[in-house]
Amino acid sequence: MEIRKSYFADERHDDLKEIGQSRQRSDTAGHVRGITPFYADRRIPGLLHLRMVRSPHHHARILRIDTSAAERHPGVKRIIVAKDVPHNVYTMLSLINFGPEDEPVLAFDKVRWLGEPVVAIVADSERGAYEAAALVRVDYEELPAVFDVEDALKPGAPLVNEYHGQNYFRYDSGASRKVKLGDVEAGFQRADYILEQRYDSSPIEHAPTETTGCIAVPDQNNRLICYTPTQAIFFTLDHASIILDIPGQRLHLIGGTAGGAFGGKVDSTVEPITLLAAMLTGRPVAFIYSRYEEMQISSARAAERIYIKDGLTKDGQIVARQVRCYMDSGAYSRLSPYGAQKTAGHFPGPYTIPNVEIDCYCVYTNRTPSSSMRGFGITIADFALEVQMDKLARIIGMDPLEFRFINAYRDGDMKAHRQLTEGAALIECMQETSVWANWPIESRFLKMSSRQKRA
Amino acid sequence: MAKKRGRGVAAVNYPTGMNLGGDPTQALVHSTTTGNFIVSLSSVDLGQGMKSIMAQICAETLGVPTERVIVDTADSDTGPHCTGTFASRGTHRAGNAVIAAAKEARDVMLEVAANMLEVDSRDLRTDGTGNIHIVGVPGKSVSVTDVALAAHFEQGRSISGRGMFFTPRSYPSPTDGAMKPSTCYAHACTIAEVEVDTETGEVDVLSIKSVYEVGRALNPKMVEQQLVGGTWMGVSHALYETTEPYYPARDHAARDFNEYLMLGVANLPKIESRVIERPAPDGPYGAKGLGEMCANAPIPAIANAIFDAVGVRVDSLPVTPEKILRALLAKGNSAVA
Amino acid sequence: MKKVPVQMTVNGEERAEFVDSGTTLLKFLRDKIGDLTPKAGCLQGTCGTCTVLVDGEPRLACITLVEDCRDGTIETIAGLSADGKLHPLQQALLDHFAAQCGFCTPGMLMAAKALLDANPHPDRADVEDALSGNICRCTGYEPIIRAVLSVSSSDACRDTAERGAV
Repeated sequence: MEIRKSYFADERHDDLKEIGQSRQRSDTAGHVRGITPFYADRRIPGLLHLRMVRSPHHHARILRIDTSAAERHPGVKRIIVAKDVPHNVYTMLSLINFGPEDEPVLAFDKVRWLGEPVVAIVADSERGAYEAAALVRVDYEELPAVFDVEDALKPGAPLVNEYHGQNYFRYDSGASRKVKLGDVEAGFQRADYILEQRYDSSPIEHAPTETTGCIAVPDQNNRLICYTPTQAIFFTLDHASIILDIPGQRLHLIGGTAGGAFGGKVDSTVEPITLLAAMLTGRPVAFIYSRYEEMQISSARAAERIYIKDGLTKDGQIVARQVRCYMDSGAYSRLSPYGAQKTAGHFPGPYTIPNVEIDCYCVYTNRTPSSSMRGFGITIADFALEVQMDKLARIIGMDPLEFRFINAYRDGDMKAHRQLTEGAALIECMQETSVWANWPIESRFLKMSSRQKRA
Repeated sequence: MAKKRGRGVAAVNYPTGMNLGGDPTQALVHSTTTGNFIVSLSSVDLGQGMKSIMAQICAETLGVPTERVIVDTADSDTGPHCTGTFASRGTHRAGNAVIAAAKEARDVMLEVAANMLEVDSRDLRTDGTGNIHIVGVPGKSVSVTDVALAAHFEQGRSISGRGMFFTPRSYPSPTDGAMKPSTCYAHACTIAEVEVDTETGEVDVLSIKSVYEVGRALNPKMVEQQLVGGTWMGVSHALYETTEPYYPARDHAARDFNEYLMLGVANLPKIESRVIERPAPDGPYGAKGLGEMCANAPIPAIANAIFDAVGVRVDSLPVTPEKILRALLAKGNSAVA
Repeated sequence: MKKVPVQMTVNGEERAEFVDSGTTLLKFLRDKIGDLTPKAGCLQGTCGTCTVLVDGEPRLACITLVEDCRDGTIETIAGLSADGKLHPLQQALLDHFAAQCGFCTPGMLMAAKALLDANPHPDRADVEDALSGNICRCTGYEPIIRAVLSVSSSDACRDTAERGAV
């Protein structure tokens, strides 16, 4: 891998000693010997096992929960239902100052997605926990479900999440996070071409080789240890302390290396219930997701639907861009309201466009809640944006790479969210790629610079 | 049956850190009595090499070799607060906190050495191999090990430091969305070359060439790890990955690795990467976050390459053989010779 | 639960234990032997993180009954560097920066070892085939393939230019 030092050389001091060197990693020797400790490699005597009873329906009212048969299973030590959870609400959004909270740790009146946790079984063996979970009987009254983001926003759609009162997250800007610069309608008026397109994606899983899970262990001095692969030690600690209604000081979270995470070990859905189980039983408890749970229960990347309408001039300028983006949050918010807002700050892409209108919606549907994943709020937007750029170029018969040069942002350009561009380098990346990959472009594009305002 | 080749391009940027800021990270650095250094953090290593790169950053700031620095992290009892390892914030936030902490520790280390050598600490320099010299006076030096011993047992000084990095939270205006998502952005341009089988709709990604602008490549081999792994994941997203193949219907949901398809070991494209460095003024030695960006540009580049190859657009992910064949059929172009 | 005796060699050591009938080789190794190197990525035989060698053959320990391994020779990564020195494969992965989170590494190494023990001169296609049962989510596989090829002593495998990351 080459580092092309000639670009921006006058902005760098390359006289560093350690930085810039490919020093051997501190963990690889442990990896190749298999001695890197992962959370499930802790060997703890007297370990109990937690398995979850989950909703088999997409959307249903809970009429009755009958755990009596499960309680009689000889291996069962404790059964946990909603009323046993001191503060039965996940707190992710309030911890990043985004509120309101909208998701129970264990469901009590309704289930809103297939797989939603209802009853936690704690037993002295994995097998016992599975067997007892199968003995729990929950009576449901099925409700109509909605799966499509635009259907969810239509009047009369089934209400997914009563905490919100409508099937979208309400920002202070209304039903969407809005960004507005200039006047897109005026821009469309003076455009020579209009292109309106729709882009879709479906949910994508982090699928790390190590599944999500944790082990909670009662410790000295009335504290609880939690061995966890969480990506955010204190986020999880604060989250658990609120749900358990105990001071954070009683919790001791120990991570190590996560066996792959990619944004999928942030939601902290396993630690609170496992810590609660350890608190209630006085015993160490492990809750380790099966591969099915990792695939279908743990949050995925949100599916998105993106509409882009562009106004283009004959000479290749995008004069107006209007974007409507629907992020499928699933049944609960998790971090999606934050993600949809991040997308609003990312559109219209690294291009200078004088008239921009962006509306990003966080929509609730009856599916597994989505949450952060590598490229949260950006990846799918980039798919839509860069395919759109390709289409626009071809409308006017321009080379797709040259077309990007014409519109690329430069230092000092105003962005749609009213920040001045700084540290731009899109032009240089494209120049280097063009030469290296033998994608010929006119020489004037090779002379451009991110540091020079356009003529 | 025909196999058609095509090329496509995509260019992207990527913000470093949590959107709108407000995501602090703290670091503590202290020396042992024998001149090794411990960095205390709560940032989590996900395999991206967080611990390794923080050691390297600390070593650079202190002026010692990387192998003298140990990173202790992911224990809520021993590490100061970190918001978390996500949003491409780790290197940037924790790196800056480590630099601040290491600077404070270095200042004390140099004061102790100055006392030992009877000079002003401003007249000293570290040689990066474990010694501290008087500038312009060859032969007058003292080892970091001896300085650490002297600090603890003779001068009663703690060679340690505290660091914090925090960008205040910005809030979007409700009317026009004026906001400050990030203080720095990385960039990438990718050209993908594909071969499409017009009879089966299958896509073989032949090559991915990408140029990344990352602020500064702190450890080039580790940067390359992210770029190659991320590109793989991007290709996999483009063509295969979904938990709901008939979204928005939930039918045939992928339940395991048999049903959740990913790019396999025998289908790898030739992945080549180059790096450009435009340091971020507020990055640790100029570094920007890159762990997420590297998975993004390949996706539209592949979609554009498919259009170049066979003249159809599939505007929904993943771009499966079924979708390509349906598009070809609709165009009347299936199995074009 | 019926207990049955099993006896086998694990990394050169004779082991004789009583296990519940139906115990998997993975559970036996992790819980009875205390060898935590094979991992439980899926418990369904689809990810390869539990790959160990049984009589020289790569096996998915999570779907192998320990009772079916009686009198067998079991090798895990824990036995690869028993004399304190890294096996050439381990050194190669280290040198090629071919691990990130490390969770797939034990299984990956055993699959590679099985290949090289049977065929000291594999070419790239042989390596791809041997590793096709091991999922890695972090590295993109290329550095692992190169690391394994670097240990192989064939001239044919030096030509990695056909595919691969540079």
